[in-house]
Amino acid sequence: MSEADVAVRALVAGHGDFAAGIVSAVHQITGRGEAFVVLSNRDMSASDVERTMREQVDAGAIDVIFTDLPAGSCTMAARRLQRERPAVVLVTGTNLATLLDFVFHTDVPATEAARHAADKGRSALVVTGGAPSGH
Amino acid sequence: MAIELFRIDDRLIHGQVVVGWGQPLDLAFIVLVDDEVANSEWEQELYRMGVPPEMDVHFHTVDDAAAKLAVYQRDERRGALLTGDIGTMTRLIELTGSITRVNLGGIHHRIGRTQRLRYVFLAPDEEQALRALASRGVDVSAQDVPAARPLALNEVLSGEGNR
Repeated sequence: MSEADVAVRALVAGHGDFAAGIVSAVHQITGRGEAFVVLSNRDMSASDVERTMREQVDAGAIDVIFTDLPAGSCTMAARRLQRERPAVVLVTGTNLATLLDFVFHTDVPATEAARHAADKGRSALVVTGGAPSGH
Repeated sequence: MAIELFRIDDRLIHGQVVVGWGQPLDLAFIVLVDDEVANSEWEQELYRMGVPPEMDVHFHTVDDAAAKLAVYQRDERRGALLTGDIGTMTRLIELTGSITRVNLGGIHHRIGRTQRLRYVFLAPDEEQALRALASRGVDVSAQDVPAARPLALNEVLSGEGNR
């Protein structure tokens, strides 16, 4: 599949350049960054975030939203959107492993791929090392 | 300890408050003062979802908050009180007379407002309300996150804060 064939399947929203940054990482690794539209809440009121998110979701017929932080205004906006559109799936606490898994599951509905991706992202956090240094 | 931060922020509970201020101040509770939210279980659930389980959130109308503020001020833990607009904070100050510092944390663009800072836009009546608070001795300053320099009200209104 060429990059031009990648359809928009989800919205990624968060603080600062989180969305643009993580999607650029997805694109660098997979060439499938076009699967996402992005939203930054920088300097926006809660109502502006909600309005912009609603416009993006409508424009792309999107039913999956990834956000960075449970307390963030993007997550709040997505939760408000879910109230009127219960079919929308929201994944918060998104990491790179989550989005990488999502873009490769194109054989299932986006909402199902999102749930699978969330499990993948959750298990991707690994801590190694930390042994006291010897003298 | 009591309430360390009295903040006006139209996003109410969000990342800057819970994490940006919550971590360095070691906030144990948030008092959210908003008549609409205080009367909506759904809105309250939404905001509760945004805070870690160890942080308490209390929802009050302005009148309720005024009646209970002294109790929160005696709390041995640190807390923050949030309103979504200047009018709500002004009413609370008028009812209690015991709030001496107000933080402008986020008052965003709306028709009729003029930009004063990246995160502060004010309508003429809002500017007047802030000047009135300052004239009665309330220390009004703008600071979106703790790492930023607090800007006094005169810096905000003069535009010096954007330089």
